[in-house]
Amino acid sequence: MSEKPEDAAVTTSAQSDGAGPKPAAGTTLTKDAAPGETLLKVTGLQKHFPIRKGLLQRQVGAVRAVDGIDFEVKSGETLGVVGESGCGKSTMGRLITRLLEPTAGTVEFEGRDITHLGVSGMRPMRRDVQMIFQDPYSSLNPRHTIGTIIGAPFKLQGVTPEGGIKKEVQRLLSVVGLNPEHYNRYPHEFSGGQRQRIGIARALALNPKLVVADEPVSALDVSIQAQVVNLLDDLQQELGLTYVIIAHDLSVVRHVSDRIAVMYLGKIVELADRESLYKAPMHPYTKALMSAVPIPDPRRRAAKSERILLKGDVPSPISPPSGCRFHTRCWKATEICTTKEPPLLELKPGQQVACHHPENAEDQAPQDTVLLTAAKEAVELVPDAVVSADAAQKARAEATGEEPEDAK
Amino acid sequence: MTAPLHEPTAEAAPSAAEEAVLAGSAEGKAVQGRSLGRIAWERLKRDKLALTGGIVVLVLIAIALLAPVITNLVGQDPETHHEDLIDPLFSTPKGSLGGISADHPFGVEPVNGRDVFARIVYGARISLLVGFLSALVAVVLGTVLGVLAGYFGGWLDAVISRVMDGLLAFPQLLFIIALVSVMPNEMLGLTGTGVRIFVMILVIGFFGWPYVGRVVRGQTLSLREREYVEAARSLGAGRLYILFKELLPNLVAPIIVYTTMMIPTNILTEAALSFLGVGVKPPTASWGQMLSSAIDYYDSDPMYMVIPGLAIFITVLAFNLFGDGVRDALDPKGSR
Ligand SMILES: Nc1ncnc2c1ncn2[C@@H]1O[C@H](COP(=O)(O)OP(=O)(O)OP(=O)(O)O)[C@@H](O)[C@H]1O
Ligand code: SF4
Ligand SMILES: [Mg+2]
Repeated sequence: MSEKPEDAAVTTSAQSDGAGPKPAAGTTLTKDAAPGETLLKVTGLQKHFPIRKGLLQRQVGAVRAVDGIDFEVKSGETLGVVGESGCGKSTMGRLITRLLEPTAGTVEFEGRDITHLGVSGMRPMRRDVQMIFQDPYSSLNPRHTIGTIIGAPFKLQGVTPEGGIKKEVQRLLSVVGLNPEHYNRYPHEFSGGQRQRIGIARALALNPKLVVADEPVSALDVSIQAQVVNLLDDLQQELGLTYVIIAHDLSVVRHVSDRIAVMYLGKIVELADRESLYKAPMHPYTKALMSAVPIPDPRRRAAKSERILLKGDVPSPISPPSGCRFHTRCWKATEICTTKEPPLLELKPGQQVACHHPENAEDQAPQDTVLLTAAKEAVELVPDAVVSADAAQKARAEATGEEPEDAK
Repeated sequence: MTAPLHEPTAEAAPSAAEEAVLAGSAEGKAVQGRSLGRIAWERLKRDKLALTGGIVVLVLIAIALLAPVITNLVGQDPETHHEDLIDPLFSTPKGSLGGISADHPFGVEPVNGRDVFARIVYGARISLLVGFLSALVAVVLGTVLGVLAGYFGGWLDAVISRVMDGLLAFPQLLFIIALVSVMPNEMLGLTGTGVRIFVMILVIGFFGWPYVGRVVRGQTLSLREREYVEAARSLGAGRLYILFKELLPNLVAPIIVYTTMMIPTNILTEAALSFLGVGVKPPTASWGQMLSSAIDYYDSDPMYMVIPGLAIFITVLAFNLFGDGVRDALDPKGSR
């Protein structure tokens, strides 16, 4: 999507926001956390959805959708979160906006623990943390007018904006690029892109500090995606917003994120500054995501030699693989990967990774050299150019000469 | 902007003339949107068959409400005997076609000579009263329990769903027959016919709610996962707000559809019960009961059977045509 030159122009200025001190942004700013200070802190966050069966609703297992993640979001920055479908990204988003209650771990917003606040305890916090949803068709109630939808935040929070709700709704509509006279219309009278703008207006109504956007453009036409991303970007500069933007591939978050977290099966496997991540990804999974959208079908592997093809689907989060969760699909996996879970370590300033044998960094378990059988199969799907030198050699030593033939 | 229709921009708002065209109306500055309800109504207005059904339903309601006035106009009443019009030998009405005459437009009953027209008009009261009120009972119970099951889930859902399964598997007609036939003659200040009507309404309604409950539960389950519910929660909305402001407005359409389809079914059940002799008893008039007594005269006085049969048929058909129209008007994609 946002590969167009004008996008790049906009995003360059956005990136300068996050890192350094922010230039005095919009006049509406009344933020407590100064730019660069920690706005949101997540520690050991877990969400296990119980699986219940029978009349008595006994628990027979759990979907470990989010399984112990730690990260921070600094005021004014944009954190991108990527990962394949089912990796727990939406669950993570709903945990930090407290639409879900964590099973374990803590969520701190501006230093305040909000992990277990109830509906009424959360209500005042809701002004500061807002969410933009994925599906513009299901995120607006078809029975309500746009005015009602965008006015709901004020009603629910008992806030009367200056000049009245209607006036404020109209102002918000024009802020997101819609005709303010359309407040009496119904959602079905708008296109997908317009609806997403309505959702954005609703999220911005209370002048929040943190906005979590769950795949804000993935339901939209490619031609509209860039417009919506640019709108989000402009709004961030104007209003001094902090974003957590969730996406299933890296292309969407590429230009707008300051830092990127890569999730796999409920874990963060790599968390790094955008520059570092793109220049030298360390986790094999990041590398695979970056090379292209993964194509799970091995029969098509010869077609795109530049791509790293992940074999199979994401394993079930009900019983995730032992050790490193990626070991069933990783081409570098060794014995230790199946038994010991790699910790998320900062191997380079501003780049954390959870891998025993990272790319572009020192091997964390150099003694363990024998590739798993699965890895030997997987390595055949990885183009030579990508496989790091020694891993490729190892693989070739075992899978003697079969690979070149295959590749033809 | 690449959006298909009239993508509005803040800078260049469409001119007033364009606005009017877009909104389909020429009034004021604010663009009036068309609600889904209004769209459905416009669709319904174009459905000739449904409109005909709707008009017939309205006429039937008027007949039921104005029954005494109408019979007075004709100068008849449903309970006066006209033995002089009965052939003493065969007990059937004198004259052709069940004694149809200027005085008795639908003829008279065999044996006692009560005016059939007046009895049909009064019978409409029973049919519609039982049909509507039992549907109301079913819809209220079904909506409340269906929403509880769908929205709160857990053990509440498990219990309510099992009860619904049980009731749906229940041989309800047999049960109603058994229950109505052992009813006391006096209850809650009602006597005779009143008790029977009251019990029929309750029992038909009670056995009808699981049908509504199932639909409402399923709808609630799917609606509660919609992102607009999450959006409301992320703004601090509590459960009651979500229930009443976000979910119920979306449940109205399926509930209306189900009600319009339930009324004719209940009218038929009432007719069947009265036919079987456990519903309304003579001298109070009911279509099912007239049909039942007509069986004895089916070859000597076929008109006596045809008229209440037609009344039931036309009523049920009208409700069904109207109900189908309402469903078609409310159903299409609009409801998502
Ligand atoms: N309410 C729930 N109850 C049970 N399981 C759930 C629930 N919500 C999510 N899950 C499961 O948790 C896992 C993670 O889901 P989640 O929606 O967070 O993934 P995601 O990364 O957002 O994927 P996508 O890209 O498809 O949106 C999935 O396996 C999903 O089936
Ligand atoms: S090398 Fe091992 S630890 Fe690293 S991603 Fe692959 S399986 Fe996981
Ligand atoms: Mg998701």
